Formats: sequence, structure tokens, C-alpha cells
Amino acid sequence: MYEELKAIVGEENVSKEPEELYIYSSDPGTMPPVKPDYVVMPKTTEEVQKIVLLANKHKVPVVPMGGALSLSGLVRPLKGGIVVDMKRMDRIIEVNERARYAVIEAGVSEGKLKAYLDKRYPSLRISTPDAPPIASVTANALIHGSGRLSQIYGFHSEMVNGMEVVLPTGEVCRVGSCSVSPYWFSRSPLPDLAGLFIGWFGRTGIVTKLGIKLFPKHRYRDVMIFVTENPSYVSDVIWRVAHTEMAEDITVWAQPKPEWAEGFQHTTIYVTADSEEELEFKEKIIRNALMDYIKQKEGGFLYLTPGMKAMFLQEPMSQLVRFADVRKGGGFEYVGAILPVDLFDVAYQKGLEIVERLGVDWAFSIRIIGRSHCMMFAYAYPFNRADEEDVERARKALHETNKAVLEMGGIPWKAEVPAQQLILESMDEGARRLIKRVIEMLDPNGIMNPGNWEVE
Amino acid sequence: MELRFDPDRCIACDSYACLVKCQYLNYDFESAREERIKIAKGEYSRVLEECKTCYACEEYCPYDNHPFYRIVELQEQYGINLAPKPISKQLVKMYAAKEKDLAAIREVGSKALSLCLFPDLKDNVKSKLFEGLPVIMGRQVFCNLVYLHFANMSVIKERARQTIENIRKYGVDELVCFHDECYGFFNSYARAYGIDVPFKTVHLYEYLYNWLKENEDRIRKLNVKVAYQRNCSNRLSPETDRMLDKVFELIGVERAEREYDRENGICCGAVFQMWGEYELAEEVQKKNVEDMVKSGARFAVFNCPMCYVALAERTAKAGLMPILVSDLCRLAVGEMPKIPGRG
Amino acid sequence: MMEKVNYAEIVHRCFRCGYCKFPSDYSEINCPSYAKYRFETYFSGGRMWLIRAWMNEELEWSEHLGEIMYSCSTCRNCVEHCVFKFNEQLVDVFIAARSDMVERGQVPKKVGEFFSNLAKFGNPWGYAARRLEWVGRDYANNEFLLHAGCVAAYDDRAKRSLKALLELLDAAGVDYGVFSDEICEGNEAMVMGEFGLFEQLMEQNRRRFEERGVKKVLTPDPHAFNAFKNYYGMDAVHHTQLLWNLVKSSELKVGRVEGRLTYHDPCFLGRWNGVYKEPRKLLSRIGSLYEMPRNRKNAFCCGGGSGNFYTDYLGGRDSPARMRVREAAETAEILVTSCPVCLMMLDNAVSDEGLELDVRDISEVVLEALKS
Repeated sequence: MYEELKAIVGEENVSKEPEELYIYSSDPGTMPPVKPDYVVMPKTTEEVQKIVLLANKHKVPVVPMGGALSLSGLVRPLKGGIVVDMKRMDRIIEVNERARYAVIEAGVSEGKLKAYLDKRYPSLRISTPDAPPIASVTANALIHGSGRLSQIYGFHSEMVNGMEVVLPTGEVCRVGSCSVSPYWFSRSPLPDLAGLFIGWFGRTGIVTKLGIKLFPKHRYRDVMIFVTENPSYVSDVIWRVAHTEMAEDITVWAQPKPEWAEGFQHTTIYVTADSEEELEFKEKIIRNALMDYIKQKEGGFLYLTPGMKAMFLQEPMSQLVRFADVRKGGGFEYVGAILPVDLFDVAYQKGLEIVERLGVDWAFSIRIIGRSHCMMFAYAYPFNRADEEDVERARKALHETNKAVLEMGGIPWKAEVPAQQLILESMDEGARRLIKRVIEMLDPNGIMNPGNWEVE
Repeated sequence: MELRFDPDRCIACDSYACLVKCQYLNYDFESAREERIKIAKGEYSRVLEECKTCYACEEYCPYDNHPFYRIVELQEQYGINLAPKPISKQLVKMYAAKEKDLAAIREVGSKALSLCLFPDLKDNVKSKLFEGLPVIMGRQVFCNLVYLHFANMSVIKERARQTIENIRKYGVDELVCFHDECYGFFNSYARAYGIDVPFKTVHLYEYLYNWLKENEDRIRKLNVKVAYQRNCSNRLSPETDRMLDKVFELIGVERAEREYDRENGICCGAVFQMWGEYELAEEVQKKNVEDMVKSGARFAVFNCPMCYVALAERTAKAGLMPILVSDLCRLAVGEMPKIPGRG
Repeated sequence: MMEKVNYAEIVHRCFRCGYCKFPSDYSEINCPSYAKYRFETYFSGGRMWLIRAWMNEELEWSEHLGEIMYSCSTCRNCVEHCVFKFNEQLVDVFIAARSDMVERGQVPKKVGEFFSNLAKFGNPWGYAARRLEWVGRDYANNEFLLHAGCVAAYDDRAKRSLKALLELLDAAGVDYGVFSDEICEGNEAMVMGEFGLFEQLMEQNRRRFEERGVKKVLTPDPHAFNAFKNYYGMDAVHHTQLLWNLVKSSELKVGRVEGRLTYHDPCFLGRWNGVYKEPRKLLSRIGSLYEMPRNRKNAFCCGGGSGNFYTDYLGGRDSPARMRVREAAETAEILVTSCPVCLMMLDNAVSDEGLELDVRDISEVVLEALKS
């Protein structure tokens, strides 16, 4: 099989050496490593297709991988086989400026697309997630990521206009407008086949190209941070700010370190505009929306120095990754709970209860998705990877949080395998059966990232 | 630790300067008379709610009776929240000296420059003006007077002795204070509360004047007109305002006569923004900068870094060049200062 | 001498987030070995995790592991862009791990050759000694000892640039001499983790410097410059610094050169020693300088550092040098650098790519400007 893979991608792009197998056996999260048999790095859709056909022939699992930054171990080859690192497929194929979309290969990183647009299309932008810049635009959209523009436009999966997919059986197919037209402008008005590939963690095929929406980039961007000391206010604060439709992005953070932050909730509001007047106007409207809290002295805006502003305005915010060094041990993982915003207080209290009981370090980091339609409530726990007990504590906190989230009516995002099982247990029976049928129909040999979304 | 405040002095006073001269409270003579009696007696007064904490009455009081400190004490006593509670509370936590701050204390020699809590300025004091002066800064040397704006006298009192002790541990006999507020703390505040300060403090203006005087041959007069933003804490050492005139004279700078300077100085607005009083902030900033422009000045000159942050952009947009006093002096000795915080 | 870091306390702190793969704007892959290989093993995060696995005996040493370790050209892009507090120590970690591997005799074949030639002959190729005899100016209490470094002493292309430098020094009346039997200063041995060999070379050099009264070293080789300045603790001057001083003070009266120039920052001059200004001032004085998208702290390494100019782990079709000259060709007609290693690597890459790009050392451009 090694020889056959070599013939497909070239000797330099396939490995079965212990070093590569070791590195590709895990991501930076807490899930235990599982080694692949091979790592391959295709350059073209044809190569991906040949790899999938080969895997079918040998009935060997195939696991597509982007930045490997889900932290929940989604690209570990649970049943061995071939990990397909997509990052060599990194061409930006087309930017349609007027229709505001880009067509990219699946390995294009968030950083590369951002830099490309900044340079060549300064009036366009992507919704950058707060993942490190090597994160893959495609993988992030496929796992329902969210980012800087999600408060306005929703999950990144909703920004997908179309895709080219290598099906588990090796056929290549296009979904979205690009299946009919030369333009990748939308998924409508066709049967929405994209849903067969979004949120499936690679169980239904390998997406090789993606059409993704781009959005207006404004000349001015500013940040305001509203501080409260009562979590029961926060969902209302968000509701009010979202109502103004003046904010581009709303996030909330609460954490015990640094000390001054402990006990407070920081609602971070990003505002963009094309003129100073517009910016001032928008900020004024937002301040007015929160004036009741200010007048009652229950909340106020943090005075931000230019240095602090610069840190909050960075895209992506590198500060967030530094959380991995809280316990001087290079690790953190989070439960990204997708919840109605109204549950903020419940979610917050539950989180505090878990961290206090288990004695873990923590940070809560929340992004509003849609005009307070829902939120991604990240319960993040750092750990020291050199200390197995510490890793285990974090793992336990994550598992308990996953359970708690489901109990309160939320759903863990990009869930680890154990949490996927918890979700499936809570799932409507009809939906569960449908998932199973879709997988069996598309992937008769069961080769695509098996072990994920496994319905017994 | 008790404020040296004599209620009888207030009651006997017939100038009511503290209230009638106030830049913000527009009381007639009669109301001022009534309110100052309440303050003297320690009763609730509308002043406590309406005070904008500009420190000016400390300067206006003809008897050095500390009306402002008295007001702040009463504001706290009557539970007045000037700012949203989370903002005040967070600020208290933010600037509390931590263990690692205390661990940073080292003997530095007999003289030092206190940069207070302004790390953004560390490049701005890398200058021949400050040559040979070790710089100390951080929460451990922070004077905490900022809480005067937040009706929180007790935290200042609580930390006062420790701050002084921390500085003593640096081994200094003489401390040059970059910020008026620190100087005000070691002098005005310490006197008002009877706290002993075991080292000498030098105001930045005095230091600059002495240095420039000794190095007069190195000065190339700037020959410019400047608008000066007199900050709140300079009210605690009004005598230093004269010293600034002498500094300006040495470097060939004309201090524009304008409405909002000297005794009539007004706030930069930063505190009002923290309080959530955006309209007030906008109003004072607007009239202040318009006044600067009207004065025909080329530079907007600040001593307080906080005023600088609050007004730099606005003055620049109005066509003035924002600059710190010390940086203006550096220009006069041929140095090219960096923009604070931007390197 | 550099202190060996205790990497056991650091390696597990790497999150493998990948910021270190990029320049500041994330536009391209800026880690030379990752840019070539693209396996997650070949960037600093991969190396940190592999070192940990090797240290914990989860992975045995292998030729492949050795190649991964030595394909790092120690360009310090990762140091510049890692977001963690241990960023400054990243390259030191790799050097220290290599040194432990060396101590256990675990070095890949080509690295072994490099070391043994260096030990036996004072240069990586095992060429003859008396490498600078042709200069004909033996050091005799001059102001500067001119140290060419191995590549400028032996590589034909780099040698031409050295000749240009000598001509400039003569024109400006600089007082210098060379050791005709110059030996390697050992920078590569050091960063490749052969500390013993480095010490030995340093010892030999120091003894000769002492015997012959050398106080100040002038070198066109940033690798040597790094060693003299940071490990030997000597007064060292790089030729870009000296040339800029000579031009600035009009001791060299230069005209202008034709064509669009761009400048490639050598890692050991730029990221290692912070010399960015002088070469740019020089080039701006004598011609039209255009920056490549990746410059200064974001410069993309030629892939020659840490012995890779010899071991060639970063060679081939996707070599960093070939990527770099493609970038240069989109920017300018003349690619200027100030390092014999970069010069050799980039010049070869231009031939391999078949580009119409002129690769020159800064001294060659200044010489042209002097004659124009």
C-alpha cells in the first residue's frame, strides 16, 4: 500500500515513519493518541480521489485533516489507516469581488486567505475564527466554526456557498450553485446537499474545494468592553447590544486570572465603520442601549488604553492561545457549548460549580452567533501535558461539562468521541437512524473517519 | 489615619471659594454657603453627588483645609457611586501591588525617577534629561490617588504607608516624580493625613528646570506657542505651575493664554468616560480642544499621561501636535521623542 | 559561550499552535523546513513534540529523526513569531537537543561527515588548508583581522564576492590582514550541537588571535559574525556595517547602480543579531531598493543555515532557496544579500529555476557603485 500511495502523491509526500505517525496520532487536546498507518499529503483532487479509491480497495480508513486544531481529537485515526493532511492543497482559486465569495482549496489556512484579501481585496474580509492562523478555512466551516462576523451572519457553515467533494466511494461531486453554474454564489435554490458534508467530521467524504462567502471590510474598527459583576445581566446586555445592529462581533469573557478579572463578566463589543462619524454614531447607540445599567451603576465600560485595544483588535487574537501556558504545560481544551443566549447565567453558574468541585483552572469565553440567536460558550481548561494527573483532571472536567451542557439544553460543538456518544444518546431516535443510514449509503465500506458519529 | 480638616475654618469662611470657583458646580452664593456648612459638619450634601472630582478646590481653598479630600471621604461615607460599581471595584483590584511587584523591589541608589504606573513611557525617559536616574515603576510604587475619582478614600489610606515603605526599600533619598499625582501624594496628601515620608521628593518641573538651567548651552529654543493641559493632580501642588513657566521660558516656549488653563483648567474627560458620563466627557473635551485651537498654539502639551491618552488623538485631529512636557524639553535639546505607547 | 538550556522544562509547553510557521501577516509559510516538507514533524512545534517523545523514550532515535532535527536551519523565524513566553528559547532547545544527540553519537550521516571534516580539516568539505593564501595580505597587527568564513573561502561564487570586498577595503584604505591558514570559527558546529568541536575551534582561533594580537574581526559571513560577537565575546564587525560607515563618511565615494535592487536578510545577521538598517541604508544610497513581501524579521531563510548548505536537507525542487528567488524575481532584477551562504544558496537556486535574476553580495554592488 505504501508503494501505491507513493505512486499517487510522490515519495516525498507520504510517510510511514514513526516520527510522522507519532505527530499525527494526536492534536494538542486531551484525547489519547491513536497512530495512523500512513500520512499522505495530496496536492490535487485527483490525488485525493485515488487515495480514497485505494482505501476502498484495501478497506482501510481515511481521515482528512486540516490544521488539527479542533483540540477534541477529531482527526485522530481511531481505527488506524491513512491520515490525509490537506494543507498542501492551498491554492486560492478565485475571488469574485462583486459577488463577495472566494473559491479555495481545502488546505488554505485562515491566515493565508486573510493575508491574501488584505493585500489584493482590501474591501473584503472573511469571518476569522479565533483559532491560530494555520487553521483551515474549509475544516473550520465544515465543523460549524464561528468567528468575527458570526454575530451578523451566523456559523461559518452558513457562509458556505458550495463545495467539491470526493465521496467515500471515490466519485467527485459538486454541491451548491457551482453544480449548475460557473459561479459559486450560493447553495440555494437547489436541494441542499451541502448538509451531507457539514458537521459530519469527515464521515461522508473529503471536501477538496470550498466556496465561502466574503464580507465587506470597513476602514475603522474599534472595541468596547462592558463590565458587569452579575452573570444574570449578561444575556440582557447581549440582547440589547444585538438589538442595535450596530455591533459586528460580540464576545464575553470571564476568568479568574489576572486577579482583577475574577468575578466580572466582560462583554466585548466590536464596532466597524467606514468613517469616524459612523463609528462614533454606532458606539453612541450601543452605549445608549446599555445606559440603564450605567445609570444604575451596575455595569460600565472599561477604559481601554491604546495597548489594550491593540491586543483586543488583533485578528486572530494570539492572546487566546497563550491560555495553554497557564499551567506551564502546553495544553488546553474546551467544551464549546452551543446554547441559547438566554441560558448564559445557568451555563455560567454550572461552569463555576464544576471548576470549583474539580479544582481546575478555567476561563469562559463566549461568542454570540446570530443576533443573539445562540452562543458558543467555551468552557476552557488548561492542563500540563507533562503531568498525567493534570491531564486527567481536565479530561474529567471536559466530560462533566459536556454532560451538563446537554442537560441544560445545549449541544457540545465539535465534540470529542465520548461527547458525540452523549449527544447521540440524547438525540431523537429518527435523527439517529437517519445519520446511520446516510453514512451507510455514502460509505458502504465504512472507511471514512470511522469511530466518529458512530450510531450503534 | 485622619484627615487634618478643621470644620470650624470652613464654617467661618466667607469666601466659599471651594464651591463658587468650581469649574463644574454652578452654585449661587447662597447655595454654596449652605452646602459648605453641610460638608464641614459631615452631613449629606448635593455636592457629594455633583462633584466631578477635579481636585481644584484643594487649590482654591485659602486655608489649605483640604475640602476635596473631605468631599471624597464623605462621598465614601454616604455610599455615593460615582462610577458603575464593577468599574470602581475592578480598578481597585487592578492596581493592587501583587507579590511579584513587591519582589521587583531592589536597591537602586540614592536617587530615582518614579514612572508611577506608566510602562508605556519607559522609552520616553530614555533621554539625556534623565541620564543617571534609575527608573522605578509598577503597582508597588503606585500612589493610588486615582481612587479620589471613585469615592474610595479608604483604599488610598490602606495602601499609603505600604507604598512609602516600598519606595524606601529602593534605598532612595530623593525621588523625582514623573507624575504630579505621585508628587501630590507624597506632599499634599501625606501632609493632610500626617504621614511621614522618609525621603525627599522632587516634582518633574523642578527637576527639568534644574537640568535645563545647568545645561543651558545645549538648548535650542523652540520658539513655539503651546496650549497646556493642566491636569487635576497639579492642583495638589499649585506652586509647581509657576515652575512650568520657568521651564517653558528656558526652552523658548510661549504658554498660550487661554480660557481653560491655570486656575481654570478643566478635566481631560477620561474619568467621566470611566464613569459612563459620555456627554460630559464630550462637552469638556470639545470646549477644551476648541479653546486650545483658538489660542493659536502649535502644540498641545500634557504632563499627565492619562490626559495625553484621553486627548492626544483629538488634539492631533484639531491640528495641534500632542506632546508631553518632558518630550517638549527633549525636543529643545535635540532629541526626537517617540510617541508614548507606540515606540 | 551559549548556555545550554534545560529543554526538559520547556518542550511540553509547546501547544503546536503553528504561529511559528508564519511571518507576521500569515501570508506564506515562513519556516523553511516546513515550507519544503509540509509534514507536521518539520516545524518547530513538531520538533518540540518529537524531542519530548525522544526524551521520554516514546520514540527511538533514527536517521529520519536526525534529519528532521537537522533540517532546521536555526533561522529564528519561530522565535520571532511564537506567542509563548519561551519563544526566545526555541532555537536553543533544538541546539541543546542536538547536542545531547551528538553526545550519544546520534547524528545523521551527512551531519557526521560535516563534523568530521570540520574537525580534521577546519572546513566542512575536507578541502586543503591555507585557504586565504591567495589574498596575499597576512595579518600583521592590522586594525582588522578579515575572517572570510568557510563558504567565502572555498565556494567559487562566494569567493568572487570576497574579492569585491577586498577591492573595496583597499580603495578605502582600510587596514586589514587575513590568516592565510584561516580555520572555521565554528558557528555551525555550535548551532548543530557539536559543542566539543566548537570549543576546540574556538580555542584554536583564540590562541592564534592572542599570539598575533588580533583585537577586532571584520567578516562578510554573518555566521562567523554571530560566533565572534556572541560566543567569543569579541569586537566583531560585519562588512555591511563597515561599508555603510565608509560610504556615509565618504571614504568610499560611490555613484549609483542601475536596476531594481532587493535585499535578502541573512538570518544570522538579521534575526540573530538585529542588523537590518545598515545594508538598507547602503543600498538606498547607491540604488533603488524594493522590499520583498517578506523582509527584516519576516525574511524567509535561504535554507543554508545550521550546516544545511552542506547537508542539503533543504534542497530539491521545493527548496526554500528556490522559493525565495521566485519571490525576489517578482520584486526586483538584482537580489542582494550579505552572506556567503545565502549568496551560494540563492545563486544556485536561480540557475535551477532558470530565472533572469542577478544574485550579488552587497560588496559587489557597492564596488559597482564605486566604479560608476
